[in-house]
Amino acid sequence: MLIDALLLQLGYNATLVAIGATLLGISAGVTGTFLFLRKRALVSDAISHATLPGVCIAFLIMASFGGDGRNLIGLLFGSAASASAGLWCLNWLTRNTRLAEDAAIGSVLSVFFGFGIVLLTVIQTLGVGRQAGLEGFLLGSTAGMLWADAMVIAVGGAVTLLLILLIRRPMTLVAFDPEYAAARGLPVSKIDMAMMGLVMAVTVVGLKIVGLILIVALLIIPAVTARFWTERSDYVVLLAGLAGGLSAYIGAAMSASAPNLPTGPIIVLVSFALFLFSLLFAPNRGVLAAVLRHFRFQRRVHLRQGLLALAQGQPIYEKLTLRLLRNGGLVRADGVATDKGKARAAKALRDERRWAVVRSDQAHEAAAALYDGLRQIESVLTQDQITEIDRQIGGPKEVLA
Amino acid sequence: MSGEEFVPLSLTPLLIGIFAAVACALPGNFLLLRKQALIGDAISHVVLPGIVVAFLLTGAISAAPMMLGAAGAAVVAVVLIEAIRRLGRIEPGAAMGVVFTTMFAGGVLLLEQTDTSSVHLDVEHALYGNLESLIWLDAVGWSSLLDVQALAHLPVELPRMALTLLAVTLFIAMFWRVLKISTFDEGFARTLGIRTNLLGLALVITAAVAAVAAFDAVGSIIVIAMFICPPAAARMMSNQLEGQVAWSVGFAVLSAVFGYVLAGYGPLWLGAQDAVSAAGMIATVSGVILAAAARFGPCRTRSGAPVGV
Repeated sequence: MLIDALLLQLGYNATLVAIGATLLGISAGVTGTFLFLRKRALVSDAISHATLPGVCIAFLIMASFGGDGRNLIGLLFGSAASASAGLWCLNWLTRNTRLAEDAAIGSVLSVFFGFGIVLLTVIQTLGVGRQAGLEGFLLGSTAGMLWADAMVIAVGGAVTLLLILLIRRPMTLVAFDPEYAAARGLPVSKIDMAMMGLVMAVTVVGLKIVGLILIVALLIIPAVTARFWTERSDYVVLLAGLAGGLSAYIGAAMSASAPNLPTGPIIVLVSFALFLFSLLFAPNRGVLAAVLRHFRFQRRVHLRQGLLALAQGQPIYEKLTLRLLRNGGLVRADGVATDKGKARAAKALRDERRWAVVRSDQAHEAAAALYDGLRQIESVLTQDQITEIDRQIGGPKEVLA
Repeated sequence: MSGEEFVPLSLTPLLIGIFAAVACALPGNFLLLRKQALIGDAISHVVLPGIVVAFLLTGAISAAPMMLGAAGAAVVAVVLIEAIRRLGRIEPGAAMGVVFTTMFAGGVLLLEQTDTSSVHLDVEHALYGNLESLIWLDAVGWSSLLDVQALAHLPVELPRMALTLLAVTLFIAMFWRVLKISTFDEGFARTLGIRTNLLGLALVITAAVAAVAAFDAVGSIIVIAMFICPPAAARMMSNQLEGQVAWSVGFAVLSAVFGYVLAGYGPLWLGAQDAVSAAGMIATVSGVILAAAARFGPCRTRSGAPVGV
């Protein structure tokens, strides 16, 4: 059943939803990346909640002029209008008052949403009837999706992607270093507005599929997921688009394959699963990689300290150190050093002495700054320099008992 | 309006609204100053899965397990946000966004998967509550306030909300000095030996308790609005913490009263038949108050910024 859904074999509506959701996921992932890199991820929460009054007002206007209140394009225009009003309030509050951005986000979000709910109850009580469908904008509803709706989503997503392609460089620059961008003469506030405009476009387009409460997830989670895998912003953008598209596609297919699986929440949960996988297993930034790195470091420290102890004839009690030495064939089971162990220990001690010379000599200042107790001296100095240092130290001397 | 009509139909929802608003606004002041204003938003989203899980485990709509479930979910969310922020080295806003949307999605999914047709539990109810339905049918007028038998049938939300407000007020009053110090200068607070991270956690838990109790009675939208709007408006009115808290309580009460009255009677004055959502209207009124304060408040600009823009 799930295989059928993934291969788009579950009929017209399921296929439309899957394609529409995938396009939405890609554009949301790509757009959200800039928001995330600009450290303004939660602005999307305010924007999405601020769409509700616009949807209701558009419905009321269209219904009072005798049209079909549920015309998707009309509703989307309404939502875009009120989302821009919310965005304007947000910017005004952060710029002209002492409120921090998070407080401004929270107040815009709650007030606009509250007002939207008032309007929703107005619609219910006015009896303009058949308001079913407006609640769908809260959590998304894909059941009655039409060809025209899918086209709106596809065109909206494509236009967003095109715009991002055009202004990705200034947006990246502003996201990483707004002061530098301003010094270069870029209109930072206009670029910020453009970024928010794109987020708004994605939000509005996504209302139908995932709803206004969960569209935030599609904007934030893929970007955070992609960030784990690479340090380059253009790859983050691509990977975020991929993660967003993939989770939307799988989510839409899963929700079509069984009853009572609403599309929006499933898409969010799939993208969270991708996020969790990345958090744990990403190379370098992942948790597993960090744990492995920690253990490797721990082993290096223990081995080094063990060798120094061997060279100076001190007894070793620490269990991990003993085990590492024994596994490396450096000591015998009774703790006495093997020939190989003696050689390595002597080398370690000599290296320590060499480092001491390096660190006391102004001429080696740059190399001395790299000393951390573990670094191989050969990786810092040339063979000639080491020979020169050895000449200063002199030949091996008997260790005093 | 006569007491026969006002006491049974409007007194209890009005009081519950006021208590909920003040209980959220009080910790909201500190959250706002600590730049954690959106914790309230996150908590009110994650309460949904907590309530659904509690319902699944007990199979009934009863208050105690649901409150426990919601509070548990709030704590899980706070811990998860912190874990993701530290483990993944992600900025707090994004970590919060990841956690609360996922938990909310999980809640919606669970709700859709279980058969809740027999009970009153749905997403809309969770979002905007049902303040209007908390009526006191046994009351016949003001005299009922002295009637023990009628008092026994008060909606349970009223004493619960009053208790919550009392607990929140007690917490803030008891820890006033340390809260104030650690909010404004965390480093200094630590040198005084104040356990700032424990205190921060306690504050968040207090906020969560207020949110959960209020959520049960009035829905999540009031919770978010009351955590942020009255303290934010109060911030424009005073430079003193004491003044800010006092203003915020005033604003919260004002929003609750005006919001309730406007929702209940506003449409009637305009000639319409039915009332609109009280929860939504309370949030809207608090937004209007915030807008007025942001435009005309005496302390609305950052200190040092030019006045009059």
